[in-house]
Order: sequence, then structure tokens, then C-alpha cells
Amino acid sequence: MAALAAHADAGPAMAEFSVHGTAVTCDPNGILMLPDSGVMVVSDLHLEKGAAFARRGLMLPPYDTAATLARLAVAIARHDPKTVISLGDSFHDRNGSIHMPDIYRAGLRELQRGRDWIWVEGNHDPDAPAGLDGSWCSEVHIETLCLRHEPSARAAAGEIAGHLHPVARVVRRGKAVRRACFASDGTRLLMPAFGSTTGGLELRHPAMRHLFDRSKLIAHLLGRERIYSVAFGRMIG
Amino acid sequence: MLLIAPTGAGKTLAGFLPSLTELAARGRPKPGSAGQGLHTLYISPLKALAVDIERNLARPVDEMALPVRIETRTGDTPQSKRARQRLDPPDILLTTPEQVSLLIANGQAEGFFKNLRFVILDELHSLTASKRGHLLALALARLRALAPDLVTIGLSATVADPEELQRWLVAQRPGTTAEAGRITVEGGARPEISILETSERIPWSGHSARYAVPDIYEVIKRHRTTLLFVNTRSQAEMLFQELWRINDDSLPIALHHGSLDATQRRRVEAAMGRNELRAVVATSTLDLGIDWGDIDLVIHVGAPKGASRLAQRIGRANHRMDEPSRAILVPANRFEVMECQAAIDANYVGAQDTPSGGTGALDVLAQHVLGMAAAGPFSSDGLFAEVTSAEPYATLSRERFDKVVDFVATGGYALKSYDRYARIRKRDDGLWRISNPQVAQQYRLNIGTIVEAPMLNVRMASRRNGTVGRGGPVLGKVEEYFLETLAQGDTFLFSGKILRFEGIRENECLVSRAWDQDPKVPAYAGGKFPLSTYLAEGVRGMLADPARWGALPDQVSDWLRLQRDASLLPGHGELLIETFPRGSRHYLVAYPFEGRLAHQTLGMLLTRRLERAGARPLGFVATDYSLAVWGLEDLGAMIGSGRLALADLFDEDMLGDDLDAWLAESWLLKRTFRNCAVISGLIERRHPGKEKSGRQVTVSADLIYDVLRSHEPDHILLQATAADAASGLLDIQRLGAMLARIKGHLVHRRLDRISPLAVPIMLEIGREPVSGQAHDDILAEAADDLVAEAMGQA
Repeated sequence: MAALAAHADAGPAMAEFSVHGTAVTCDPNGILMLPDSGVMVVSDLHLEKGAAFARRGLMLPPYDTAATLARLAVAIARHDPKTVISLGDSFHDRNGSIHMPDIYRAGLRELQRGRDWIWVEGNHDPDAPAGLDGSWCSEVHIETLCLRHEPSARAAAGEIAGHLHPVARVVRRGKAVRRACFASDGTRLLMPAFGSTTGGLELRHPAMRHLFDRSKLIAHLLGRERIYSVAFGRMIG
Repeated sequence: MLLIAPTGAGKTLAGFLPSLTELAARGRPKPGSAGQGLHTLYISPLKALAVDIERNLARPVDEMALPVRIETRTGDTPQSKRARQRLDPPDILLTTPEQVSLLIANGQAEGFFKNLRFVILDELHSLTASKRGHLLALALARLRALAPDLVTIGLSATVADPEELQRWLVAQRPGTTAEAGRITVEGGARPEISILETSERIPWSGHSARYAVPDIYEVIKRHRTTLLFVNTRSQAEMLFQELWRINDDSLPIALHHGSLDATQRRRVEAAMGRNELRAVVATSTLDLGIDWGDIDLVIHVGAPKGASRLAQRIGRANHRMDEPSRAILVPANRFEVMECQAAIDANYVGAQDTPSGGTGALDVLAQHVLGMAAAGPFSSDGLFAEVTSAEPYATLSRERFDKVVDFVATGGYALKSYDRYARIRKRDDGLWRISNPQVAQQYRLNIGTIVEAPMLNVRMASRRNGTVGRGGPVLGKVEEYFLETLAQGDTFLFSGKILRFEGIRENECLVSRAWDQDPKVPAYAGGKFPLSTYLAEGVRGMLADPARWGALPDQVSDWLRLQRDASLLPGHGELLIETFPRGSRHYLVAYPFEGRLAHQTLGMLLTRRLERAGARPLGFVATDYSLAVWGLEDLGAMIGSGRLALADLFDEDMLGDDLDAWLAESWLLKRTFRNCAVISGLIERRHPGKEKSGRQVTVSADLIYDVLRSHEPDHILLQATAADAASGLLDIQRLGAMLARIKGHLVHRRLDRISPLAVPIMLEIGREPVSGQAHDDILAEAADDLVAEAMGQA
């Protein structure tokens, strides 16, 4: 038992499992890797969210884009992916990529250099981003997977989606911890939001109810240094 | 002019006399002539009070056939009537502070207020000590600018510092202090206050006062109408429940608190007015000066926390000056007995401990600056002079003022990327103007300084074939924070019932009726208000002076004697610190009597220091009276051997780096920040019916806070947050004063077991919910469960 506890403490930093037969790796920074094809997936960057609010008269701190890009740069440096897929809502609104300050644009273009970059259409960004490289599409098919922004309402084998910003709430000894998470029942997977000032929606929310087979659903919570995997039925212990 | 008078002296009508005299002399306007504009503005903290005054004022005005038109304007006034009032103002307008801010932010404010002669501010003492008071002080400064001949009349109950209110009423100029005149009406019969006599054992700790319920019931039976005050909603729920459990005579006993559904509250108020109730259990929602029928007794359950608070609540029992009010205090535990006695002593000498208004908050100023831009173009110089004429802002520096204006324009960030989206802009003529009309609209939606905690409806669920559906009645509202601690199946008290939490559906909390004897989740039991410094001083004095123990019940004085024999009772000005082992742990208990908030902050900081000293602390718990820290190392031995110096441990320098380091992670500060962010207009107020849907487009205040702290630690809104925390949730001001006071007066007793005085706090351990700090180890534990399950061991 002690050995088991020690093993759990050390724990693997990442969670590795398969979705509809394709191997995936979840990184505690909220990045999904498809190791067999060298693809890195991030979702819901919501770049220029602060500016989008400022345009509506709410002067949120203008540092979100820089923070998100810095984290993205670290992730890309670590995994050096052949292809990066940004799974929709890459910009918080239509004007985001148009009015993005030049310094961020240059930084982003630097990240894009030497690799394929795919922007997937999202509800916040229904148009291709302005002044940036990369291709633009509404969904991507890789191996047994289909990557799109919004999850389909009913069972969809092999679907990787974002949009909902899933978070899980785990309760132990009366204390609750709420963290962003990957959510998967082995058939499909929901990505956490990568943007630095994005909120979240709990897995128990009605919007998530019909997406998963809850008996197989596991939330992979983003910890400081590792992923914590908790079965849906054991969230409140 | 400031008029201070006890309840029932008729001060409201007196306040209107100068105004009515002038209006009578002015006479009716000639038919066909333009109206003469608004003459008198009456501002009260409560909507209900404004409506009440309209009734009370209309009668004498009608009887004397005065040519005066009186109207109210509150949040409930229909849009059409408000529009009409702007065009054709009454002679006297009865309204609330928020409505005044809306009126002065209107483009036509100048014409509307130009003939204003009197502003009457009712219950001024309850307004000034809050951000609401700061906003009103700024509005008053603007009214003085619009109508320079304005006379202000403040009406107040007795307060600790009347000069502050006198300054508040008039314009301040740099380098001088101006004060309004003051009339104090003495007297009123002194209230008769006693502590409930009981043969029951008074508990060591806790806040429920359950032991006293049978005695309370007997007292209710002997009186016509009893008003029972408690400090928190959960106490109100508990007391109501317990009274009905033994209500064999089926006395009409009702419940009234701010979270209940409004129609239910109105029903209770109406029944009160008709004298149909024998008792009402209430929180502070009934605090202020409205008449509620014929109350002949006030019972205060739980300690009153402040002498003036008690006096004002008792004033409720009797609105006739010449008859004494009757009140009974019911302490919930033994320390509260001493606190109640201190409050009675204070009442006897007429001592007051109302809080000071404090320095004007910067988030409130930001809201006001935007409002003034909506009213019309302004110059920085002109607005600065106007703002600093308001008492709370008299010491505001020009630099900070300019920062606030910059914040209003573009958020006030070092990174200037929002200039093109500025809400207000300085044009070539040097005047600031709003960029577009939407800005004014946004201001109107965000007006006010009261930020409600996010609340959810509590709805009774219907159960069919084991599935839970909606469809039952709404019982009221409960804080989202509270619900976050609940799991499905947990039971809790609400609306006088024990309810079972079923889940959250579409922003409603679904519950079903549970039949358990005791709810599983104890609602948060601590009081909202910390013990006032005055009462704390009283309790410390009582401890130090055995001659005064005679006034206390035997159980309590015996307890103090036991403490004197087993350990020590601190002398006046001393801080007693006890150390003792218990189980496998070592405890340190201190008795500063500075209120729960200051003790919590102290506990946080002491734990950090003990950690560094190698004492391996594990946790702490704080009450209004004392503080206990426990750890693995023998704290008594460490102090005895000199490895740990108490003087260093309690040194004032803990308010430097240790405090900063802790603040960085404190969830208390995040909650404070959220309020500042809403008031200042950085994030939008949540309006009912506009709650977030499945799609996440809202932005969380916690996230903004983290971003600001890491990028702009000196941001004006973080300054506002720190200022709030110092006097609010963290009570750093009071902690600082305490540390200075006890310097050189620490007495340590190393004991081999728990002392009598330490029993109450030791019983609190494990009862308090742990703060919202998230820990990775909880997740690790959950993951361990999963591993165990996978290995077939769970």
C-alpha cells in the first residue's frame, strides 16, 4: 500500500490514453499531443480578450494576449510539434486579429515559422485571422479523430472539441478544488481552454450532460506540475 | 446643521420644518407660470423609509393646507413618473442616495437643481460609515456646486464622533476645517436591559444559544409583541426553527431576513403593522427607523458586537421618548456573557462606538468621475476642487485623483494599448467628455456601491418516480459561495425548513424537504460584525477586575476563578499567551479580544512565522475573543528555552513582508477585489436575468486580480482593494493597533494541560470550514482513490 501511495505521489506528469483508438497525451499546461502524427492541439486561446472588452467600454488588463502567447511559446519549444492546431475561438472576437498590436503579431508569426498551423473556425472567430499564416477550416480529420470547435450534441466517436471550457470540481474532506480539465470517456474528448483569462463550465452543467458516457468519463485536471485523473463518479468523495 | 436626537423624538419632522416654513412663505406658483423647481431633497438609506416619510409628512401638510407637492423617487418608481419628475419636479423629493447620483449624472442636472434650498439626510450615522456614504458625499459636493446657497440638514442617532458628521455636511477647503452647527436633544428614558436569567448551563462555545430557547419562549408568552434580533441569517433560521419546535401554544411567530422572498417579507411586515404577530425573528433588515407596530420587548440573541448597534436595535422596541425600552440579551456562550455585560455597562454610561466613515474609497471615486463626465464636460482642476470639498476625500492627493481619471478613461494601465477605446477623452479645450452615449448608459446600469454576493434562487423541487424536476415555489436566495460547499444530499436550514440539496439547474438551487432532526451542514456561524474596540476594552477590563465579576452569572464568575487558579488572568493592558500539549499536538492560545477578522489575519501571519522558526504549525482557529495555533513541536519548550522569542513572534514588523506575501494568495482579498472591480466599473454588475449561459463570455474577477498583481502591483484598483482589506475583511488597522498596544506586555504561561479560558476556542477547532485555498494534495488524494479503485482495493 505504501508503495502504491508513493507511486501515486510521483505520478506521471502527463496523462496518456486513447480516444477512439488514437493515442493522445494530455499535458498539465492544457495541451493535447497526438504523438503518432506530431500534432499539438490547443483550444480557446481567446487572444485579445482584454481588447475586445475595452472596445465595449470595460477596461480589462491588456496583458492577457502576452501571457497566453508566452505560455504557448513554452509549450511549442518543449514539444516542437510538426503541426499546431488551434481549435477555434483563437481570438475573442472578429476584430481581435485585425487590431492586434504588432508586437504580438510578430511573436505569433515567429511561433508559426517552420511548422504547419491550422486555425479551426470558432463561434467567436467565424473568419480567418487577418495578417497571420496558417490554413483555415471548420474541421480537421487525423487518424481516427475529427477535430472541431463545438462538440456535437450527441455521441460522436473520435471527436476532439473545445468551446465549453470544461472544469471539474473535486471535493475531499469537505474541501473543494476547481480546475480546468480534459474530459474524455475514451470515445471523445473535450479540451480545456488555453487562454489566460478564460472562465470555465463544470462537467455537471446540463450543457455537458449528453456528451459523455458518464460511467466511463474521466476528468484529467490540470495541476501545477502534473495531470490529476479523477473518474466522474468520484468527484465528490 | 446636524440634529442628534434619540429615536422617537420626532427628529424627521423637525428636519423638514425650515423647508416647510420657506415653502409656505413662497406660496403657490401663479397659474401658467413655470414651476419653481425642486426646493427640498430628502435622502434616506432605505426605500421603505422614504415611502414611510411621504405618508407621515403628507398628513400635517394637508391639514395645514400648505402649497407643497411631495413625491418619492426610488428604484421602484415607474420610468414614466421619473421622466415626468425630471421635467416638472415636485417641491419636495424623497429619495435614496443612488437616485441622487443618477440625477446629478443627467445632462439636465443643472436646471433641475438650480433652485434647491435644502438637503435633508436622514439616519446619517448609518450612511457615512460605508462606500455608500462616500458616493453620497461626492454627490453632495456636486449639489453644492449646482446650488451654492444650499443648506444641509443631517439627522442622526447618537454617535461616537459627531464632529465627523458636522464636517461631512459642509464643504471642506484645503488647510481649514469647516463644521456644520449641531443641536443635540438629550434624553429619552434610559432603556432597561438585562441578561436572560436561566437555570440552564451556558455553553462554552458556539453561536446558537439553543440552550436558552425554552426560556426565550416563556418570555415571549409574557409580552405582547417581541422582536428577536440575531446577527446572521443562519442564526435567524436556527432560532425560528427551534422556537416552532416547542411552540405548543401555536403563537404567531414569524421570520424576516434579507434573503427571503420579497413577498414573504412584505407579508410579515404587514402582519407586524396590524399587530397580529407575537414575535418576529429578524436580522438587521429591520434595523433602521421604521415603525413596526407595538413592540414591547426586544430580545437580542447572540452578543451585540457594538454598544451603539445595541442601542439602535433596542430603540426599536419603543418609539415613545418618555417610556423606557425593554430589552433582554441572550449570550450564546460564556465569553458572550462578558460581552453582553460590557454592552449593558456601556449603555448605562451612554458610551458610543459607531465606526468612523474612513477615507474615501478610490473605486467609488472612479464611479463618480464617470458619472460627472456623463453629466457634462469637466476640467480636471474643477472636478478635483469639487471632490476634495467632500469630507471623505478632503485629503485626496492630486496625483491619485489624476490616476483615477486615467483609470476611468482607459483602465489606467502602464501599457497604453487602449487609448483608441477610451471611455472619456480630454479634448483640445482641456475638458473631459464621454466618448459616446453608451458610456453614460453603462454608468447608469452600474450605479451604486452595494455589490451583492452572487446569489441563486432556492427552489423546491418536484419529485416524480425518483427523478428531480423543477416546478416548486421559490423560497428565497442563497449565496453561491455557500452552495459551492454542498454535495447532493447534504441538508441545511433555510426559510425555516431543513432542506436537502438536490443540485443546481440553470442557475437555480433545487432542494427538497428533509425530515432530519439536525441539518448536516452547519451554516456559517460567525457574526458579520467583529466585536467593537470599545466592547473589547470592556471585556478585558472585566477580566482584570474581580470586583466586577459579581454582575456576572455564577457559572461565568466561577469559570474565571478557575482560570485564575489554574493559569492566570491577564492584567489591564496585558496579552496572555498560554501553551500546552494536548493529544499529539502542542497548542498556543492568545487572548487579544480584537474581533474575529483581526485574529484571523494574526493567525495567518503567526503560522508563517512559526513555520520559519521550525515549530511546524499545522493550523489555527480564531474567534472574536481568542486565537489558537497548533503544531507538532513543543511551543512551550521552545519559548521556555529561548529558541522562540514571543516578543519577536508578535512584533509589529509582521505587517510588512509577511503580510504582503500572504495577501498575494488570499481569497479574502480576491473577494474584496471583486467588489472594487464592480463599483469602479471595471467589470459589469450581474443583473438578474442576464446570468451567464453555457457559453463562457464573462470574465472572472479572480483572473483579473491575478493578472493585475503579476503585471501592475501598484494599479489604482489594487490600492483600493488593499485599503478596503485593511479596514474590512482583514482588519489590519486594528491588528496594527493591537500589536503596538501589547508590545512589552506579553505574559506567557506554560501549562501541562488546557486552561479553563482556552476551552471555548479548543471546541471551535474542526468546526470552522477551512478557507477556500485550493490544494494540489486534495487532487492527489482523489487520484489515489482512483489508483486504489483500479487495483480493486476500493
